[in-house]
Amino acid sequence: MKIITMKSSMFALVMALLISGCTTGVQPDSETGVDAGAGAEGGESGVGATVGTIGEGGAFAGSALEGMTISYEKNAINDPGNVLSIKTIYFAFDSSELSEDDVEVIKHHGKYLALNSDATLRLEGHTDERGTREYNIALADRRAQSIKKLLLFQGASSSQITIISYGEEKPAALGHDEAAWKLNRRAELVYE
Amino acid sequence: MTVMNRWILLFFVACFSQAANAVLKIDITEGIEGATPIAIIPFQWNSGTRLKDSDISEIVSSDLARSGKFSPVAEKSLLARPQRPEDIHFKTWRVAGVDHLVIGSVQMIANDSFKVEFRLFNVYRGEQVLGYSFNATSATLRTTAHQISDLIFEKLTGLPGAFNSRIAYITSSGKPVEYRLQVADTDGYNPQTLLTSKEPIMSPIWSPDGSRVAYVSFESGLSAIFIHDIHKGTREKIASFKGINSAPAWSPDGKTIAMTLSKDGNPDIYIISLQTRALRRLTSHWSIDTEAAWMPDSKSLVFTSSRSGKPQLYELSLDKGSRPKRLTFDGKYNANASVSADGKVIAFVHGANNSYKIAVLYTDTRVMQVLTDGPLDESPDFAPNGAMILYASQDKGKAVLAAVSTDGRQKQRLALSDGEVREPSWAAKRK
Repeated sequence: MKIITMKSSMFALVMALLISGCTTGVQPDSETGVDAGAGAEGGESGVGATVGTIGEGGAFAGSALEGMTISYEKNAINDPGNVLSIKTIYFAFDSSELSEDDVEVIKHHGKYLALNSDATLRLEGHTDERGTREYNIALADRRAQSIKKLLLFQGASSSQITIISYGEEKPAALGHDEAAWKLNRRAELVYE
Repeated sequence: MTVMNRWILLFFVACFSQAANAVLKIDITEGIEGATPIAIIPFQWNSGTRLKDSDISEIVSSDLARSGKFSPVAEKSLLARPQRPEDIHFKTWRVAGVDHLVIGSVQMIANDSFKVEFRLFNVYRGEQVLGYSFNATSATLRTTAHQISDLIFEKLTGLPGAFNSRIAYITSSGKPVEYRLQVADTDGYNPQTLLTSKEPIMSPIWSPDGSRVAYVSFESGLSAIFIHDIHKGTREKIASFKGINSAPAWSPDGKTIAMTLSKDGNPDIYIISLQTRALRRLTSHWSIDTEAAWMPDSKSLVFTSSRSGKPQLYELSLDKGSRPKRLTFDGKYNANASVSADGKVIAFVHGANNSYKIAVLYTDTRVMQVLTDGPLDESPDFAPNGAMILYASQDKGKAVLAAVSTDGRQKQRLALSDGEVREPSWAAKRK
């Protein structure tokens, strides 16, 4: 009995850590789902809103974005609790498709750019080391392009965004396994 | 493909004066079975002292061994060391199963002026089949040795030799990473650095005449394609459009460079005339089109496209209104073609189950053959004579160059003692 209790409390602790960990950024290959429509509404409800809360079944219940604040103030991109602090988007192998969470995050960046017309963004596309180098340059370009389209849709201006595709040339993690690869299949939003 | 005993070519390169120019070390890793036995007798130095790194017979032995078609007798195992034709006892060599024998000499005729002679004998017929004399300086002795290798190779195989040529490749090392574009002899000697950058350098490719190298550099923060004249040391920017500027491919007639640009929203293949700088878009598809490689007639090219959902190779004629024709159907990842000079074989990267290997496709029969073991082999590039394919590989987590004979029988590895090396390109000619 005691062992079981220990296990369940351990489980709760692990879950708590996972949830709090999740609030720092969208994790690669996250399997959490989110209602993007509801999230978007939450986002539109006003500057300074909080996206859902743990246990309250808010708009982002079960989402990696849960507990993050929304603000498009000038320095919001530097606020670790703001949804705009998520500046890395991860992808599946040989894919430039965005998850619903990613779409949500990118929408907020698009709004930020629209509301801060002097802000400029460098969109860096990356891949893992598998496959050929030049194909990966093209793939990483498409990853960045798919993000750029969403940013423009939110009112960002094309002149605010520079795309650079590095393909597999600048890995975030070294190593030759999925643990490294999943961190390398990414696009980085770099405010300049 | 039979896995052979590993043996290491006696080819460890001594320290070079330029510390940054680390030299490639070549190991033959697989396959000497079926290669023609040849005895290369150490060349006699008739006067003067033997120059360091200029042992002609050793260079010729290394070249011929690397081709996979010859198996030079190890110097230690030589039965005799004849210096003159009349000293050769053909019967002894016949009994030892040696098909051909090379003798030669180096004579210093003046200060830094040498006369190099060699003779090739057919052991079974007991006669000379080739003999040449060259003038050289200490700076050109290695080049002379590679010329001798080319002559022997061509005489005995009917294929032009590709030893007296250059390779270009990218190295990276250090923290923060420093990228270098280098060119070297085909045996890794005489490395020269064309460009050093803190930002990536990619996709070097030789002009057909061997005088220039085109490549992609990110030095400005964005990608751009440059042409570098290796003799003048000058360079020219030929593409720096919005989006990617990548995968340059020099047409065999030297007039055009194909490249991948995404300036119109999506990675597509374009060609630029080097004379007029006119740009023509060749593909227009929502998928990825990239990695163009020319067919020998400069009238069509092979490229990678994901239009079927996964990357596959397609061929496209430059004729107006042509449609791409799919070439590869085996597997879900076939990319980055290199076409042999006769157009009969296409080498490419074949990916399956997380392993990327070099494969060849015979254009007449459409038969595909996987040549290497992976797991991260890429950037195949045919030697000018089509006998070997140079490619990039991983060895113990480190990026190295490797070569495989086109029949898959023989393999070798070219590693830097320090740092990573990748994206090899073999020049067609030395100029």
